[in-house]
Order: sequence, then C-alpha cells, then structure tokens
Amino acid sequence: MMRSRKTSLTIIIYLLLSTGAISCLIPLVWLLRSSLMSTEDMFKLPLIIFPRNLRFQNYVEVFTMVPFAKFYLNTVIVVIANIVGALISNLMIAYGLTRIEFKGRKLMFSLSIGTLMLPAYVQLIPLFLEWNWFGQINTFLPLIVPAFFGNAFFIFMLCQFLRTIPRDFDEAAFMDGANYPLIIAKIIFPLAKPAMAVVAIFQFMFTWNDFMTPLLFLNDMEKYTLAIGIRTFISTYYTPWGVLMAAATLTILPLIVLFFSAQKYFISGLTLGGIKG
Amino acid sequence: MAHSKLGFNEKRQTFWGWILISPLCLGLTLWVAFPMGLSFFTSLTKWDMLSKAQFVGFKNYISIFTEDELFLKSIRNTLYFTFLSVPLQMITALAGALLLNSQVKGKRVFRTIFYLPSLIPLVVSSVMWLWLFNNQYGLINYFLHSFGINRIQWIDSKEMVIPSLTIMNVWNIGNVIIIFLAGLQGIPNDLMEAVDIDGGTYWHKFRYVMLPLLSPIILYNMIVNMIKCLQLFVEPYIMTNGGPVNSSLSFVLHIYNNAFKYGKMGTANAMAWVLFILTMGISLLIFKTSTLWTYYEGDK
Repeated sequence: MMRSRKTSLTIIIYLLLSTGAISCLIPLVWLLRSSLMSTEDMFKLPLIIFPRNLRFQNYVEVFTMVPFAKFYLNTVIVVIANIVGALISNLMIAYGLTRIEFKGRKLMFSLSIGTLMLPAYVQLIPLFLEWNWFGQINTFLPLIVPAFFGNAFFIFMLCQFLRTIPRDFDEAAFMDGANYPLIIAKIIFPLAKPAMAVVAIFQFMFTWNDFMTPLLFLNDMEKYTLAIGIRTFISTYYTPWGVLMAAATLTILPLIVLFFSAQKYFISGLTLGGIKG
Repeated sequence: MAHSKLGFNEKRQTFWGWILISPLCLGLTLWVAFPMGLSFFTSLTKWDMLSKAQFVGFKNYISIFTEDELFLKSIRNTLYFTFLSVPLQMITALAGALLLNSQVKGKRVFRTIFYLPSLIPLVVSSVMWLWLFNNQYGLINYFLHSFGINRIQWIDSKEMVIPSLTIMNVWNIGNVIIIFLAGLQGIPNDLMEAVDIDGGTYWHKFRYVMLPLLSPIILYNMIVNMIKCLQLFVEPYIMTNGGPVNSSLSFVLHIYNNAFKYGKMGTANAMAWVLFILTMGISLLIFKTSTLWTYYEGDK
C-alpha cells in the first residue's frame, strides 16, 4: 500500500518534470525545424510538422543576404574586449575591497552594490549623450570601454570568493618582497581561476546577448553585432522567415556550445551570484 | 619602516587600496553619477539634440502626466506585465526547483534542459516566439486547433499581447530554478529529519522548513526579476512595436521612442526619472513588507 503510493508519486514527478522539459525544448526544436524550411513550406496549411525537403540553403543565404560574417566578427571582437576588461578590472577591484585595509572601502563596496539596484535605462539616454559628446557614436568604444571599470555583479561575486583564500598567502609573499600587483598576478589570479572562469563566461553571455547598447550606439550595418544584426532580416514587406530562423540558430549556437563545455561554471556562477542577496 | 600585520604600513595600504579600486571610482563617476546628473539636467530642458537646449524647469514632468496619454498607458502596460510575470515566474521556479530536489533519477539532465532557455538572447527568443505565436502558422495555435480549441490571437490582440509576453518570460526562468534548487540543497538534513520524527508531511517540510529558509533567496530574485520586468523593451520592440493599438507599448519603449524617434530628449529623460522613482518605490515597498515573510538565520 505504502509502496504503490510512493511509485505513483514518482510517476507524477516524472510526468511533471517531462512536461517542463518538453515545454523548454519545443520552442528550440521548432526554431531548428523552421530554419531548415523554405518560406513557402512554412506558410502551408495544414502545417508541415516535420519537413521532408530540408533546405540547407537558408544557412548559406544568411551570409549572402546581409554581412552576417561581419556581424559575427564584430560580436567576437566586442566580446573578447569585454572579457579582457572584466577579468582585469573586477579582480583588481575585488582585491582592493577585500584584502587591503583602508578607510572608505566599505563605502565603496556599498556604492558598487547599490548600482545593482539601478535600472539600466535610467543611464541609457545620458550615456548616449555622453558618448555623443566624446564623438564616439558608431564605434565599438561605448560597447567596450565600460567593461574596464568593473561590474557590481562580478565585484560582489569575486569578493565572496577572495574572502575564502587565506591571507597568509599574501603575507608570505610580502616577506619575499612582493608588491600588490605582483601578488594579484602571481598568487591570487591562479587561485581565483575558477571564479575568473565564471566572470569570463557570464561576461560572454551579457555581451553576446546585449541588444540595447549596440542598438543605441551603432548605425552602420557594417558595424552591427549579431543581436541587432538579426533584426535586419525582419521587414514589413517581406521577411525571409526560414533564413531568419537560420540566423537565430547561428546566433545561439556558440552559447549552447559554451554552455555544454563549461556547465559547472554556469551553475557555480548562478549560485554564487544569486543566493547571497 | 613600520610594518602592519599585512606587510605594508597604513599609508601604503591606503595608497594601493585606492589605486586598485580606482576603476570602480572612475566607473561610478563616468557611467553612473555623471550620466544621472546629465539626465536630470536634460529632463529640465526642451531639446531635440539638433538645436540648443531650452531650459523649461519641471514642465516636462507635468506635461508627461497631463498631455501624453501614451505615457500613462505605457505605465499601465508595464505594471500589468510585471505583476503578471513576477509571481508566475517565482511560482514556476519554485515548483521546478522542488521537483528537481526530489529523489528521482536523471536530475542533471532535467536541470540542464530547464536552464537552456535562459541561454537564449532576448532578441532570438523574440523572433522565435513571434513565429510560435503566429495566428495561422504558429505551433501553439496548431496545438490548440488540433485539440479542438479555438485559435487564440496571441500577440495580435489587445487583450492577449501582455499575457503572451508573460508566457515567453516564464519560459526562460531556468536560471532562477537553479538558484532556488541550490538553496534547497543547502538546507541542513537534520531540519528535514526533525519534521519526519514529529510525524510531519511533505507539506509541513515545505511550509515550515523550506519556504522560510528559502525566503531571502526568493526576495532577492523577486526584486531582480521585477526590475528586469519593469525594463521590458526588446520583446515589444521586436515583436509588436508596441501594438496592437499601443497595448504592448512598454515604459522603456516609450522612452526610447521619445528620445530617438520623436527627438524629445527632455521629455524622455523626465520619463526615465519617473520610472526610476517608481522602481525604487516598488523595491522599497517589497523590502519593507519582506520582514513579514522572510526569515534570516540568527533572527528571532
């Protein structure tokens, strides 16, 4: 009696989990399916659920209809620059905030955390005005430079991490005559590698997915990143749906690959950043 | 030289401390304080970015409430979206995490699948859902139709457009599921066993152990997601352009249009400040009332 009740409970849990999993996957499968269809086939009734004639041509047309390869290149350039900036600046800042005693550091830490609560759009228009004033609209600089000034989310995460490294390491290095930059580079950085990996991965995600910043700052199609590049396929007159879906698939492909090759960092990043409120 | 506990004396520590956090100080000035000041100043002017700005005082703040019907509409739309989305997101994420926390095989696979939608850039999911929601050729209506249910005009109808965007939003809640799951896994076993010993059921465990211990995490994620929802922009921008009949015109989309389409920089900045105050107000309200329902270890 007890046993059968337990079995039926397990079945219900599996059913619910499977329903959830299917709802998560179907949109993505549908995206992939549509990316391999001609637009005519997509607009046929009754719906063709599993296309017979796969149209790989869509993936070629993505690159011929618009400079999609250029979008890719631009995105990669911006992403790499952002990762470099995030790694250097956040480690420096987190080290200063956690491992050096000086007046004002607590205040700066709180100010930094405070920016987490700031809605991004409040700064958006003024940031545009600011970069316009610097004469840097339609360049990559507004997309890249801010990463070199630290990010509250990463600073908070790295501070949590650095507090777990014993201070003896720093002290021993001082005895050997090292200075702070040397300690950060030679001792802290190697120890903080897992946390740095999390920073790199999340910065990759933020930048790869960012829509608003490139939308505001980039005007020429030649300079577009993927996120705003996709938009160029959508038109009121004629939208090549199959090609659009192929472009969308190509945009998420690197994210999926990154996720499956570095899953543990995703999980630890989420739990580090999301739990300790 | 007098060495402190950490090797360098106080002066040098202070010097290096400020050097190391200088990017933060500069960043706060350049990308937070200065823009916000500039924004406030601009909000007091009439300015189209081409001609010289004219100082008009607080006129913009008054006119957005009295002369711009769309402004109030965009607030309503955004609040509707937020208050529909956030509770649904939290409930879904909590349910997902509880399911994943049960004693079943293949948890890692499910966890991975649940997280996948969170990876997808908003612009891609907008394009994808635009197609899923399509009236005639979308998958969702195909399902409904094959079960004999009438097709629903998802993003094409005034009534359904915001609920449609909410469905999209709940779809990519996987990151919160993982955060909640980690919280559940962090609950000490002896607390759960204590409930068993007292003859409690799963409901008791949930109500008196899991929910209280998880409440700070729920609060934090609730606020983060609320701030995200209040910034709704990409989905209406890509999918509906605010339509039909402005029923998905979000606050940020309206600000964007004012600034970059209509060239009303002053008005747009005034709106941004109103939204800022609104966001802070709601966050504060949640924080204040949260003492009633959140539990921190060490509290009485």
